[in-house]
Amino acid sequence: MISVFFQYDFLMYAMFTGIMVGFLAPFLGVFLVVRRMSLIADALSHVTLTGIAFSLLLGRHFSLFQGLNPLYLGAGFSVGASLLIERLRNVYTYYKELAIPIILSAGIGLGVVFISLADGFTNDLFSYLFGSVVTITQSDFRLIAAITLFVSGFIILFYKELFFLSFDEEQAIISGMPKRFIQWMFIIIVALVIAASMRVVGILLVSSLMTIPVASAMRLAKGFKQTFIYAVIFGEISVIVGLVASFHLNLAPGGTIVMIAVLILLITLFFTRGRHT
Amino acid sequence: MEWLESLTFIQRGVIAGVVIGFVSPILGAFLLVRRITIISEALSHITLTGIAAGIFMSQAIAFVSFLNPLYMGFLFSLIGSLLIEKLRQWYKHFEELAIPIILSTGVGLSAILMSASGSATTEWYNYLFGSIITVSLADLSFIIITALLAIAIMSFMYKEFLVISFDQEFASVSGVPVKRMNILFSVLIALVISMAMKVVGILLVGAMITLPVAASIQIAKSFRQILLLGIVFGQVSMIGGIISSYYLNVATGGMVVVVSILLLMLAMGIKKLQHA
Amino acid sequence: MGHRHQLTDSVIQVNHLSFKYTSQYVLEDITLHVRKGAFLGLVGPNGSGKSTLVKCLLGIQTPQQGDISLFGEPLKKFSGWDRIGYVSQKANSFNSGFPATVFEVVSMGLYGKIGLFRFLTKKHKQKVYEAIEKVEMSAYTNENIGNLSGGQQQRVFIARALVSDPDLLILDEPTVGVDVHSVQQFYTMLKQLNQEHGITLVLITHDIGAMTDYVTDVACLNKHLHFHGDTDTFTESENEMMSTLYGHDVHMLTHNHDHSACEVPTS
Repeated sequence: MISVFFQYDFLMYAMFTGIMVGFLAPFLGVFLVVRRMSLIADALSHVTLTGIAFSLLLGRHFSLFQGLNPLYLGAGFSVGASLLIERLRNVYTYYKELAIPIILSAGIGLGVVFISLADGFTNDLFSYLFGSVVTITQSDFRLIAAITLFVSGFIILFYKELFFLSFDEEQAIISGMPKRFIQWMFIIIVALVIAASMRVVGILLVSSLMTIPVASAMRLAKGFKQTFIYAVIFGEISVIVGLVASFHLNLAPGGTIVMIAVLILLITLFFTRGRHT
Repeated sequence: MEWLESLTFIQRGVIAGVVIGFVSPILGAFLLVRRITIISEALSHITLTGIAAGIFMSQAIAFVSFLNPLYMGFLFSLIGSLLIEKLRQWYKHFEELAIPIILSTGVGLSAILMSASGSATTEWYNYLFGSIITVSLADLSFIIITALLAIAIMSFMYKEFLVISFDQEFASVSGVPVKRMNILFSVLIALVISMAMKVVGILLVGAMITLPVAASIQIAKSFRQILLLGIVFGQVSMIGGIISSYYLNVATGGMVVVVSILLLMLAMGIKKLQHA
Repeated sequence: MGHRHQLTDSVIQVNHLSFKYTSQYVLEDITLHVRKGAFLGLVGPNGSGKSTLVKCLLGIQTPQQGDISLFGEPLKKFSGWDRIGYVSQKANSFNSGFPATVFEVVSMGLYGKIGLFRFLTKKHKQKVYEAIEKVEMSAYTNENIGNLSGGQQQRVFIARALVSDPDLLILDEPTVGVDVHSVQQFYTMLKQLNQEHGITLVLITHDIGAMTDYVTDVACLNKHLHFHGDTDTFTESENEMMSTLYGHDVHMLTHNHDHSACEVPTS
C-alpha cells in the first residue's frame, strides 16, 4: 500500500514532506498549547492567506514578484499580524481575547479582496486553502526541509528557556531567561511552521496539525518531554495514514490527515474520560 | 409574501445583507460580554461541514435532495456548540483548546466531503466567501425566518442572557435556569451563523459578528450603546460593502469586512482623541 | 534593630529604605538586618508592603531612598543571584494542567545557572534528585505537578529554589492554600533546612500564628518596621500586645495601622 509512494517522484516528495510536517507542527504545537496560544495559530494561518493573496496580486502587476514564492510574503504577513495582535491586546485591556478574532477576520476579508482583485478564485486558491500535497516540487521540499532543520535546532538549543518561560514567566525572568529574544524568535518560528505546513494541509487546517495531536498527547503524557513524544507520534501517524488513505480512497489529503488526528483524539478522550486535563 | 417573489436578485441580496447586518452585531455583543467571540469562528467552520454533508447526501440519497443544505449547516453548528461545552469540561485547564479542536474537525471533515461530492470548486467558493448575487428565494426566506427567530429569542431572553453573561453564579442563585439558557444561547449562535453564511460566507461570518461590536465597544458607554452602535456599524459595513464591491468589482464579503475594519480603525481613532 | 552583628556574616542589610509606586509611600524608613543562619519571619497584614520589600531585595523594584546590601555587597554591584532562591507568592497559581513532572519543574531552578546553549548534565540531574529528596518528594519525581496537593506543590517549588544550592531562601506567603496539617509539616521542613543545611531563610507571611514556633527572628512590617528582633523578645511583647489588642474593636485596629504592630490573628 505504501510502496506506491516510492515509485513516483511526486508521491515521494509528498510523503517525505508530510513526514517532516508531521514532526514539525506538533513539536512546535506543544509550546503553543501550553502557552495558551493555540488560537493564535488559527489567526496567523488566515493572515498567511492574505499575504499569499497579496503576493499573487503583486505578481500580476510587477514582474519582480512573479518569480517569488508566495510563501515568503505569507510568512511576512503572519509575523506582522502577530505584532498587531500584541498591540490589540493593549487596546482591549478588558477584552484581550478580541484580538484574535479581529485579526483572523480582518485577514480573511483582506485576503478575499486581494484574491478577487487578482482574479484568483481558481483551483490555485483551493490548494492554498486545503493543501495539495501532490503538487509539492523539489524546491518546496528543500524549503520545508530547511525550515524543519532551523526550527528543530532552535527548539533544542533553547528548550530550557522556552520551557521555563512557558511554565512560569515571572520566575523565569528573575532567573535571567531572555524573554524578549525568545518571544520574538518564537513568533517568527510559528510563522515559518505555518508556511511549511500549509503546503501539506492547507491554511484552514494548519492549526489543526499543531493543536490536535498535542491535545491528545496531553491526555496521556506524564511530563513535558513525554508530551512532545506523544504529540509527534500522533502527528506522524495522522500524516502517514492520512496520506496513504486519501491516495487510495481518492479523498482530500489535508482533510483526511486532520480527521485521522481527530480520530486519535476521540480515542484518547474515550480512554481517559472522567479526567480533567 | 408576494413581494418577495417579485424581487430581483440584487434586491434579494441587499435585503439579505441588511437583515444580517442587523442581527449579527446583536449576537456579537452578547458573545463579547461573555468573552467568547471566537466561538463564532469555530461554529462557522463546522457549519461548512454541515453544508458539505448536505450537498454530499443530496447527491447520494435522492429523497434529501430537496433539502436546502443550509438546514444541515444549522444542525451541525448546533451540535458543534454543544460539543464545545463538553470539551471545555474535559480540558478544564486549557479551555481555549475546545475551539481549535472543533474548528479543525469542521474544516477537515468539510474538505473530505467536498472532495467526495466532486462538486465544482466555484460552488464551494460561494459558501466559503459568500455571494450576494446567488441568494435564491428559498435562501432569502430561510434568512428572514431565522432572523425573526433569533430576534425573538434575543428580545425575550434579553435580561436572562445579560445577567448570565455578567455573572453565571449570581444568575443561577437568583433563579435563572442557567443550563437551559446556555443551550438556548447555543441554538441562537447556530441560527445566526447559518443565516449569515450564504451572503458573507463561512470564513467571514465571524467578521460580521465580531468587528462591528469590537468597534462599538471602543466608544460605547453601556451595553445598550454597544448594541445600538454595533447595529449601526453592521449596517454601514453591509451597505457600504455591497455598494463598493459593485463599483470596484471585488468580492462582496471581502469588501464588507474591509469597510468594517475601516470603521474599527475610525472608532479607535475617536477613542484616542477622547483620551488625548 | 541596629547593627548587632558584624557585616561579614550579614546576608541582607537594608538601611532607611523608602518606596512608593505612585504618590503614597508603601514602605517608609525600613532598616532591616538578616544575619547568616537566621530564620526570619517577616509578618504583616495584607497590603503592608511585604512583597514590595522582597521585590526591592531582588532588584525587581528600585527604592526611592535608602540602600540594600546582599552578602555584604551593595545591590547595584551584586551579581551572585544564584546564591538566592526565591519562591514567589504566585508560584502555586500556575496552570495546574501544565504537563510537567516534578523532575522537570525542579530542574528549571538550574536553568539560569547552566546558561544558554547548554544542557542538563548527569551532575545537574543528580542535584535535581537531591533537591527533591531534601523536600521529601522523591516518591513523586515522575508525577505530573498538577496531580499533587497544594502542600506537595509548594514543596516542589521549594526544591526548585533549593536546587541551585542557595545560601539564602526567600519564601513569599508559601502556605496560602495549604491545609493546616501540611503547614506544620512544611514549617518543620523549613526548620530542618535552616538548621541542618545552614540555609538562611526569610519567610514572609500574614499569619503569625504557627510561625513563631519555628523562626529565630521576627520582623513586623506595616509600611514601617514595627518590631525587629529575636523570637523570644517577640513572644514576650506579643503577649503584651495581645492583651492590649484584644481590648479593642478589631475594625478600629485594622484602620489604625500606625499603632498596631501586627495584625491580630483571627484564630
